[in-house]
Amino acid sequence: MAPKDKTPDKSGTPRKKQPDWARGLRDLYDDVVDEPLPPSFKDLLDKLDAPKK
Amino acid sequence: MSKRSAEDAAAFKRELEAVIPHLRAFARGLCGRPDMADDLVQEALMKAWAAQERFEPGTSMRAWTFVILRNAYLTDMRRNRFRGEYDDNVAERILTAPAGQEDPLHLSDMHRALLTLPPERREALLLVGAGGFSYEEAAEICGCAIGTIKSRVGRARAALNSMLADGDIPKRSLDDAGAHRAILEELDDVAAGDGVTGGN
Repeated sequence: MAPKDKTPDKSGTPRKKQPDWARGLRDLYDDVVDEPLPPSFKDLLDKLDAPKK
Repeated sequence: MSKRSAEDAAAFKRELEAVIPHLRAFARGLCGRPDMADDLVQEALMKAWAAQERFEPGTSMRAWTFVILRNAYLTDMRRNRFRGEYDDNVAERILTAPAGQEDPLHLSDMHRALLTLPPERREALLLVGAGGFSYEEAAEICGCAIGTIKSRVGRARAALNSMLADGDIPKRSLDDAGAHRAILEELDDVAAGDGVTGGN
């Protein structure tokens, strides 16, 4: 039942074919990067940047 | 010690703003929950702002802020532990929520599998496999040797290969006191290895 994957996958042996999840992992990250930024973050920076009297 | 110019300060703010989406992505990968992740990013932004004189212009703002975010994450996790408030229920919900269901967490199998990894392996894989950092950069961010990062990434990959290829995602690993303790102990190890202290 196991797929015929006998690639020795120890300690970073580079594989030509990345497992499917590797793209899923990048997508997970990239999807968040591409999300519209909630205004609270810009607001926070502006607040931090406001001149203190 | 020269005072930073107004231009430096403006550039800092611009660069900091530009990395916010990356901080959100890293934070969400670390803690799994969008709301907690965004709180963490806000915390990291405030710390980065307070420490801005220590940022060397021309170096990577993303790497610099990731160190700060990572430290904030570890501190929060440990603080919760000391208060005895580590939320098993949240952890268990993350791990048991069926993928694709109408669930506020909305986690893919991929993400759930990621969250079952020990924190040090999870962050190593996030940095290299998702964030696109080199092993060298990831080692600097985590304050450890390059070989350590390579080994963590290798183990994380092997674990995900096994979980995602065999459909063997642990459903209740945090339900087990032993696993829970192991995770907290790993957090201590990770925190002890910090190459950068928060400075305050």
